[in-house]
Amino acid sequence: MKRRRNSRNIQDTSSEEIYLSETYNKELIKERIYFGIFKAATYISVMILVLILIYIISTGYKVISWQFLTSMWSHRDITKGGIFPAIFGTILLGIFVSIISIPMGIAAAIYLNEYAKDNLTNRIIKIAIRNLAGVPSVVYGLFGLAFFVLALKLGTSLLAASLTLACMTLPWIISASEEALKAVPQSFKDGSYALGATKWETIIKVVLPNSLSGMLTGSILGVSRAIGETAPIIIVGATFYMSYMPLSPLDKFMALPYHLFILATQHSSSYARDYALGTTLVLIAIVFILNLGVFIARYNLRKKKLW
Amino acid sequence: MIKKKYKELFAEKIFFCAGISAVLILLAIFIYLFTIGIHSFSQISFGEFFFGRLWNPSSYDAPKWGILSLFAGTLMVTFGSLLIAVPLGIAGAIYLAEIASSRSREILKPIIDMIAGIPSVVLGLIGLLFLSPLIAKIFGLSTGLNALSASIMVAIMLLPTIISISEDVLTSLPKEFREASLALGATRWQMIRMTLIPAALSGLFAAIMLGVGRAVGETMAVLIVAGNSLAMPNSYFDPVRPMTANIAIEIKEVVKGSVHYEALFAIGLVLFIMTFIVNLLADIIIEKYVRKYRW
Repeated sequence: MKRRRNSRNIQDTSSEEIYLSETYNKELIKERIYFGIFKAATYISVMILVLILIYIISTGYKVISWQFLTSMWSHRDITKGGIFPAIFGTILLGIFVSIISIPMGIAAAIYLNEYAKDNLTNRIIKIAIRNLAGVPSVVYGLFGLAFFVLALKLGTSLLAASLTLACMTLPWIISASEEALKAVPQSFKDGSYALGATKWETIIKVVLPNSLSGMLTGSILGVSRAIGETAPIIIVGATFYMSYMPLSPLDKFMALPYHLFILATQHSSSYARDYALGTTLVLIAIVFILNLGVFIARYNLRKKKLW
Repeated sequence: MIKKKYKELFAEKIFFCAGISAVLILLAIFIYLFTIGIHSFSQISFGEFFFGRLWNPSSYDAPKWGILSLFAGTLMVTFGSLLIAVPLGIAGAIYLAEIASSRSREILKPIIDMIAGIPSVVLGLIGLLFLSPLIAKIFGLSTGLNALSASIMVAIMLLPTIISISEDVLTSLPKEFREASLALGATRWQMIRMTLIPAALSGLFAAIMLGVGRAVGETMAVLIVAGNSLAMPNSYFDPVRPMTANIAIEIKEVVKGSVHYEALFAIGLVLFIMTFIVNLLADIIIEKYVRKYRW
């Protein structure tokens, strides 16, 4: 940043002292116009987010009440029930996905960053990870249906949905964890090796303590994105109405994104729209609380860092 | 000592297994889509599937399996969303990488990343309740659920991807480029236009490619907003049903193992291959690019 400001000073003095020609002034005006456009483009993106949030909060808060958040869904008269099973299902899904994909993703990232040499196998692994991140969510749904639901006979269930979403989240978690691992200075590892530690000891005692918080915050972002996914869970296990809570991983479950989708598009009640917006507010709140938590945790971590 | 050595080896093998899992998942996805999807061609001809204009699998006497109108829907929404998101996204990336102060960048970047945190079903809902009535009013249409509304909603979803990758590309350019052009007396805009953008062109192209991949694969927003019509679209004011939406709508009602079920997997396979090619292309470009500028 300092560098840029310096170069600007050089430019300013040169424009004043040496080259005050008209063409240069024209260029400066042009610059101001274009930079204004770029700034506007950035703030349009920010405004879109702000507008979306304002819209959801201002329309969704109307139906939020203690009853809405804590009671069972009542199918006949939606004003008499709440979305507790959907909140519960979404949180349970998030926990299951985390349990499956976070350890695996972190282990894969450690392999890529600490062990992998630059050979064909490892290059294929890297390409596979990046391509996995680009597979459409609905295709994950098809895969989950054919593999977890039918071939492994898990049925349309919480477990099948968790496994499907875990596959989808894995590449995000790997790349977030890799970033955290790369931030560990090489000198730390060199110091550990110089003291006679083996690779495994170095990973456990030096690399992990210095990167685990970064890996976990990145992983939580990935999971927060996964619980908002709708297309895969439509296919592999979510249901709109259940009279009981999911007791085993092989039960079906209700989930917020699917719930709001059905309310918005297929429900006949005249209150359906308001309730869809209320459900959206709850979902967005969960996702953004997770995001905000990560943001604050990262900020504090950066302050504590000594290097 | 020997025990220690085995422990080391064991740890490496465990980590390797986790690493290779990504390849296995990708392979498994391809194999399942391929083996189930290809089965449908025992009853559907290739010609009909790829060039037929009608998709009507539930017809009792003469089911039609042409995905051309679905494919057209996907292409229209992808193209439309890129038309909006690419200029906006790259302009935003230039601002963040070259113009904004480090302080405002640190605030703006996480905010823009948050757009990626909005679930696509939520964007679909906003498209349904807010945007499509607005579009209908502005253009005097009976319904605003069409390819245009879907393109706008998908464009919003693409913004964070395009901005963050383009910004990475721009900031990874060597500082000598900036210093040399400023030393020659260029203004900062001349430096960006004549030096940075040409140098970053292939990287920006890769960012756009990743955007294409996401737009092709987007499901929930287009399912809700695009209007769900199986007729061949003529303009952006027509409702469409992209391939992803078609799968999501029909897969729930379909009999497992029927031709219809297999045909939906064949559509999934088409989607998978499309996104795979686009992502691989982006990957190759970025890989080359990174190697070129790592001094």
